[in-house]
Amino acid sequence: MGVEGIGARVVRKEDKRFITGKGRYVDDIKLQGMTHAHFVRSPHAHAKVKGIDSSAALKMPGVVAVLTGQQIVDDKVGNLICGWAITSKDGSPMKMGAWPAMAPETVRFVGQAVAVVIADTKNLARDAAEAVVVDYEELPAVADVHAAIKAGAQQLHPEAPGNQVYDWVIGDEGATDAAFAKAANVVKLDVTNNRLAPNAMEPRAAIADYDAAEEHFTLYTTSQNPHVARLVLSAFYNIAPEHKLRVIAPDVGGGFGSKIFIYPEEMVALWASKKVGRPVKWTGDRTEAFLTDAHGRDHVTHAEMAFDANNKITGLKVKTYANFGAYMSLFSSSVPTYLYATLLSGQYNIPAIHAEVIGVYTNTTPVDAYRGAGRPEASYLIERLMETAARQLKVDPAALRRSNFITEFPHQTPVIMAYDVGDFNASLDAAMKAIDYAGFAARKAKAKTEGKLRGIGLSCYIEACGIAPSKAVGSLGAGVGLWESAEVRVNPVGTIEILTGSHSHGQGHETTFCQLVAERLGVPISQVSIVHGDTDKVQFGMGTYGSRSAAVGLTAILKAMEKMESKAKKIAAHALEASEGDIVIENGEFKVAGTDKAIAFPMVALAAYTAHNLPDGMEPGLKESAFYDPTNFTFPAGAYICELEVDAGTGKTSFVNFVAADDFGRLINPMIVEGQVHGGLAQGIGQALLEHAIYDANGQPVTASFMDYSMPRADDLPSFNLSHTTTLCPGNPLGIKGCGEAGAIGASAAVINAITDAIGKNNLEMPATPDRVWRTIHAA
Amino acid sequence: MSTVKLTVNGKAVSVDVEDRTLLVQLLRENLNLTGTHVGCDTSQCGACVVHMDGKAVKSCTMLAGQADGANVTTIEGIAKGDELHPMQAAFRDNHGLQCGYCTPGMIMSAIDIVHRHGGGLDEATVRRELEGNICRCTGYHNIVKAVLDAAGRMKVSQAAE
Amino acid sequence: MYQTTYHRASSVDEAASLFAKGTEAKFLAGGQTLLPVMKQRLASPSDVIDLGKIKELQGVELSGDVLTIKAGTTYFDIMQNADVQKAIPAIAYLTSVLGDPAVRYRGTIGGSIANNDPAADYPAALLALGATVKTNKRSISAEDFFQGLFTTALEDGEIITAVSFPVPAKAGYAKMRHPASRFALTAVFVAQTKSGEIRVAATGASQSGVMRVPAIEAALKAKWSPAAIDGVSVSASNLLADIHGTAEYRANLIKVMAQRAVTAAG
Repeated sequence: MGVEGIGARVVRKEDKRFITGKGRYVDDIKLQGMTHAHFVRSPHAHAKVKGIDSSAALKMPGVVAVLTGQQIVDDKVGNLICGWAITSKDGSPMKMGAWPAMAPETVRFVGQAVAVVIADTKNLARDAAEAVVVDYEELPAVADVHAAIKAGAQQLHPEAPGNQVYDWVIGDEGATDAAFAKAANVVKLDVTNNRLAPNAMEPRAAIADYDAAEEHFTLYTTSQNPHVARLVLSAFYNIAPEHKLRVIAPDVGGGFGSKIFIYPEEMVALWASKKVGRPVKWTGDRTEAFLTDAHGRDHVTHAEMAFDANNKITGLKVKTYANFGAYMSLFSSSVPTYLYATLLSGQYNIPAIHAEVIGVYTNTTPVDAYRGAGRPEASYLIERLMETAARQLKVDPAALRRSNFITEFPHQTPVIMAYDVGDFNASLDAAMKAIDYAGFAARKAKAKTEGKLRGIGLSCYIEACGIAPSKAVGSLGAGVGLWESAEVRVNPVGTIEILTGSHSHGQGHETTFCQLVAERLGVPISQVSIVHGDTDKVQFGMGTYGSRSAAVGLTAILKAMEKMESKAKKIAAHALEASEGDIVIENGEFKVAGTDKAIAFPMVALAAYTAHNLPDGMEPGLKESAFYDPTNFTFPAGAYICELEVDAGTGKTSFVNFVAADDFGRLINPMIVEGQVHGGLAQGIGQALLEHAIYDANGQPVTASFMDYSMPRADDLPSFNLSHTTTLCPGNPLGIKGCGEAGAIGASAAVINAITDAIGKNNLEMPATPDRVWRTIHAA
Repeated sequence: MSTVKLTVNGKAVSVDVEDRTLLVQLLRENLNLTGTHVGCDTSQCGACVVHMDGKAVKSCTMLAGQADGANVTTIEGIAKGDELHPMQAAFRDNHGLQCGYCTPGMIMSAIDIVHRHGGGLDEATVRRELEGNICRCTGYHNIVKAVLDAAGRMKVSQAAE
Repeated sequence: MYQTTYHRASSVDEAASLFAKGTEAKFLAGGQTLLPVMKQRLASPSDVIDLGKIKELQGVELSGDVLTIKAGTTYFDIMQNADVQKAIPAIAYLTSVLGDPAVRYRGTIGGSIANNDPAADYPAALLALGATVKTNKRSISAEDFFQGLFTTALEDGEIITAVSFPVPAKAGYAKMRHPASRFALTAVFVAQTKSGEIRVAATGASQSGVMRVPAIEAALKAKWSPAAIDGVSVSASNLLADIHGTAEYRANLIKVMAQRAVTAAG
């Protein structure tokens, strides 16, 4: 490992612009003649739009246009799509209601846009939006899955009778029933996985610029995957063919899934920029983010786990109702199915699993992937079940887990996934040692003498990420392939540009991707640039989500590097009059092994471009590209243990210690990996203790600002105690597993298991607010 | 419309704005100082924190007119040329930022925290003092480390002056 | 924010006359409440009259047994003030857990009590300490001043100039923060006056704003100790209930916070 190579804690190249205020986010960009959009949004959860009167608004100062849902439908802008087809157990396709970018006839959640005002300034657009008169006829609303599936419930979409999107199953029901019939013990649990608002700190924004002469659009947008945005906007929304649409995602202030999706505001901005003949900018505010960014989670689940007389798990039955909100967002259908139920085996050897997932429409903001996406729901369920089982069976929770761990790999679970490698005992050992698990009983007893309720909770998670093999996801219904592309451009002076389809919105690609180059060529990372986030520069890419950038995106760069190095070696061998097989790359030089003959990398690059003396038949230049499609998901896993105290008087929890022992395979930059874990843990702890996106029975959002939605603050969280164990992923040449989501997947169960241990009661839902914990302590 | 005169990052400026203009809008839209960000509507996230007359304030919760005559420093104004402010350097060295959006406000608040507490800072105090700044990426772990690190560096740099 | 006209007043009299000229004017103190409300377009004053630069509204005076805090004094200046720390340290503590550091640099005691948010901190201190609110027209006892949710005895155009607190024998404050807004989910201020009277006020709890808690006052009158409150029953009726706390929970918090406030008071 060099000082800037793989495994080095290199400080980030991108930081300089962020710490000096020179980042360039969408809202920082101004274009000549730019107008500003403000949306007229429904205050009702469910209503018919009977008419829109824009006449007063059009007369207001600075107003350029008022555009409505009917106009966007008339102009044949396509409805929003869901890109993953799920088939119900009866063989029928999922039932998808139409979702126009602005509602011409019916609004189905508070905040859905019905019209947009385009004006010279943001303030004037907002002033005029208040003057747009919309005649609504209110309809009854259903706000949660229980209300939505009741007989006689108000229907949202004619396409989806009973408000049901699908009724999907996985696993062997007969084998599972048989296991339960023979079980010595059955453990049952009902859990709700609370709805979350993603809340990237940068609100979504878009600037659309139409060039009438070239019939060409440019869209600056807050996207995790600009190429996918362009594909969808072109192929499905009829904005423009791909070669007439450039999508740029510059610096993006966090995503966590919420910026994967193509939203109505981007479609409207593009369409409107052509209509008004000027660039159109929209920047959301925080309230709009709460109302319109796709939410996460929101499951209601009943589960049962069967054990034999030796406390070995013999079967698992799960039934989950998943709330989709009012419309099916881009990848929503896959989240509670292939990203959730396929992980229900956890770290355990479970011979038979059967899960049923019922997708339900409600009059709420659409729900889609949020950090972890399905896997936190699965991990939380399994780890709550294991803790519940340990208590019911009166065995140590760590010992129960160990006796059921999968220890031989590869391991085929009954729910599709084939785990390639892992060592679950190693991570549990590391976590237990870090927290002094053996000494906990004494610490708990001591805390009791001081009037404190102390608890400890484990969570042994596994996830599938680095998504994913295109063939596999295609067979499961995905509308896209999930490979990644890369291009290595060596300039004549030997500097290097790496073009990648991955997109960094906090993950540090501009540093870690350079580290691979430094590792292979021995050049300083200052000579390498990472180019991403612009469809005019990078040919194609699938973007960043599902912890895939290192395992998939970086591997694509490796493949392109190998091609480039192969050509460069030929050039070097020719120049040094040596055999290609004898050339080695060291410290920025191409050397003839075992001799002092060498040529510096910039000279090789220059030779490639001067082309004065290349091997016969070789093309000039030094630029290579690669597409990489993985052969399997990767399977990060680990053990988290939380120790905390509960204040019995107020129900408030305080952390004593939080340890995380993760196995992510090879780490490119441990500093950045730790940062990813810290952030994930904060979101998992936030879900466990604080966060909940709530609607009242009429579908009115109760938590639409930071005044009501509890965001984790610095004083809500502890410092974390991290460690790593390593089994290299055999599925990619670098042995990488992915680290972006683990914290959010594993943390919440550890926290709830610790609180329920502290208070001695097992039934506690998230978020475990002080009020809820206090009431649970004092419940009969 | 009113004319607002103030000093920003050491330079006197005079700007004509609507009376309803917030200080953050004046900075971002009129002066193109886009390092100061807006992350919420309710004065809670702290992405907009700047220094006004030496104190860390939320520029989204001030009218531009209230800053008339004031001395304002933004994230763009704290480095001395190419030499980073010790807090900026500490954020970079401790990986105290990921997406970078909350970072300018965090740094401006953190400098103020160190000014008020000097070397007597501990982890609990830093966490409590960061109450008005929300970060979604880092889990605060490395931000807290960075502030404590910078507190030491600022003491040293003050001693050197 | 809607269009408005900004004025900076240099004296209380000028502020009052500017107010009289506006059609729907509002006073702006630190702006930490009014501006967020205006940004959300929940208020549309024709004129905003900034009191922030009025010298006569700044400062703290300790005179005998009365601590007077001028209305325009910021939270930061209050919590740093040596007289406040010496005379009524519970007020310095309350101020240190109010808002966040940036808010404390701007927010003022006058602005806070004029708004009378049912979850604000200062109203509890004023009520428990039996403070007097001074305006440009008169003096108003805390009891008379706070009249329910976001409602005070202030007349149109009346400007708070100062708050006078009798220095107590003992006082303490304990706050359970709202997890999102960081206002008081419920907080209690306890005071023992120099004449021996016990006054307890709770904020964040009641549907009608800050309130006295007679049952706890009686228990503390019998014995000034946290344990004295153990047997007190606080009714949940008329208490606030929302997603962050049921009425029963808030009733519990009134007791628990009162106990912790007594401990803090010593």
